[in-house]
Amino acid sequence: MEKKMNIKVALKYFLLTLFAIVTLFPFYWMMASSLKTAFEVIQTPPTLVPNEFMWENYGIALTMAPFARYFINTVIVTALSIVSSVIVAILAAFAFSHLEFKGRDFIFSLFLASMMIPGEVLIITNFKTISALRWMDTYQALVVPYMANVLYIYMLREFFLKIPKQLYFAAKVDGANDWKFLWKIMVPMAKGSIITICILVGINSWNSFLWPLLVTNKEEMRLLSNGLTAFQSDAGNRYELLMAASTIITIPVMVAYIFLHKKIMNGITVGGVKG
Amino acid sequence: MLNNKGKKSYKGYLYLLPALLVLSVFVFYPIINAIVFSFDETKAVGYVFGFGSYKYLFEDKRFLQSLVNTVIYAAVVPALSVGLSLMIANTLANLKNEKLKGVFQSIYFLPYVTSLVAIGVVWSWLFNGQYGIINYLLGFIGIDPINWLSDPNWAMPALIIFSVWKSLAFNTLILTTGIASINPQYYQAAKIDQATNSTIFRKITIPLVSPIILYTYIISLIAGFKVYTEVFVLFNGRTLDGRVSTVVMYIIDRFYGDQDFPLAFAAAVVLLLIILTVTFVQRTIARNKVHY
Repeated sequence: MEKKMNIKVALKYFLLTLFAIVTLFPFYWMMASSLKTAFEVIQTPPTLVPNEFMWENYGIALTMAPFARYFINTVIVTALSIVSSVIVAILAAFAFSHLEFKGRDFIFSLFLASMMIPGEVLIITNFKTISALRWMDTYQALVVPYMANVLYIYMLREFFLKIPKQLYFAAKVDGANDWKFLWKIMVPMAKGSIITICILVGINSWNSFLWPLLVTNKEEMRLLSNGLTAFQSDAGNRYELLMAASTIITIPVMVAYIFLHKKIMNGITVGGVKG
Repeated sequence: MLNNKGKKSYKGYLYLLPALLVLSVFVFYPIINAIVFSFDETKAVGYVFGFGSYKYLFEDKRFLQSLVNTVIYAAVVPALSVGLSLMIANTLANLKNEKLKGVFQSIYFLPYVTSLVAIGVVWSWLFNGQYGIINYLLGFIGIDPINWLSDPNWAMPALIIFSVWKSLAFNTLILTTGIASINPQYYQAAKIDQATNSTIFRKITIPLVSPIILYTYIISLIAGFKVYTEVFVLFNGRTLDGRVSTVVMYIIDRFYGDQDFPLAFAAAVVLLLIILTVTFVQRTIARNKVHY
């Protein structure tokens, strides 16, 4: 009985470790390949650890394409997306939870219904709208269409509804107007939900691909993701450089993940199960 | 009083204005526009207002192949991904060591946060026909090198392997959380009755997490019908003569490449109908069949 249990436990650990290796190996291989010489990277049998660490591959990759510029663009677009999405969601969630106006419930159900529409169906018209506005190759083209996300409005509204109404009336009696009440009392209380939304918007924005591919043509407006696929065509068979470029994109997120993994996983679970 | 109410009403719209404006311009208007102009006359056919685009679409080999590819992908990837995730999540949830559990969980979730594009480029290197590590490893068990990314017969399997690997992260996290939230009293009662692990899994875990299983499956299914970036990155924008083309790829090709908007709109509406059907079926099942 004891022995049988031990085998079972060992099997469990074996399975979990195997899956961890399968998950991590592509990341390891990316970094290992990025540090090899052009010769070693295509050598058979492949070396598990580079013979000598070619850090200069990173320098070469960075000069072959303006990755620094792509990086700045991606940071700007991600930061703008986070700030604007959070503000839009806070305002809308407050309107839906605390204010009364005609058609409120109808508009809310319209918002919820729109969540079923896949974004891919909208891009054709949105592309036309962006070019009609002369917004091609601008930051606003990358940020504005995704500023209002119904999932985040819904999540915040749920939280706002949980805050006792008495607080609202008490604040009113004390002379605080809606605007003050929202930013001074509600928003600090909803800090947890707001951080979750920031994380979700941040990940989506950092990794976005199709929309920025369509609305940016100039190299200096490209994001990291589009820059990398362009580089994929340019680099040809220089796999060590391509892997160096992939590492450059992946590292910031991995570092953030090491510090924030609990918050990120929690945020995705909350966002996931609600949506 | 009346005045006060009027003021209140006006205020609500002000707070709602940014969201309403953005959604109107970038969601509500484009969806109506897409439906209306899918009936417009197309370049390819020259039909006047009507179902011309749709008729052309279902006679167009490129579209039909994209649709078939997408359906195959959506039939295989979510099922494999959710099945494997459930197995991993169940093993993980039964782990006694909380610290190790946390470490495993964080590792498994990593592919979700890292850029799909970067990791897709990495997988195209792993799958490389000449120098890829996958072919090298397969050599040990006597399998000849496979041209994963250029052989039309192996392109779809390569795409499926990569997509399952990538999508496991999300499904495993959600299912592990779901299993962990089951009331431990059920398990204690089962242990007292000396139920085996597999009985516990089938009779307790599966029924109790069935809403979450359905949820992850539907999310994966919808994502499956919308697949684009995975293909673009793995094959560096090529479709191998349409062998790995998808519906979204067809839409992009038609409007960005050919500038044939009505045809692109019609394909988009077909995608919309597929996704609405999936959502509707999910709601019906969730209401009637899933055990809570």
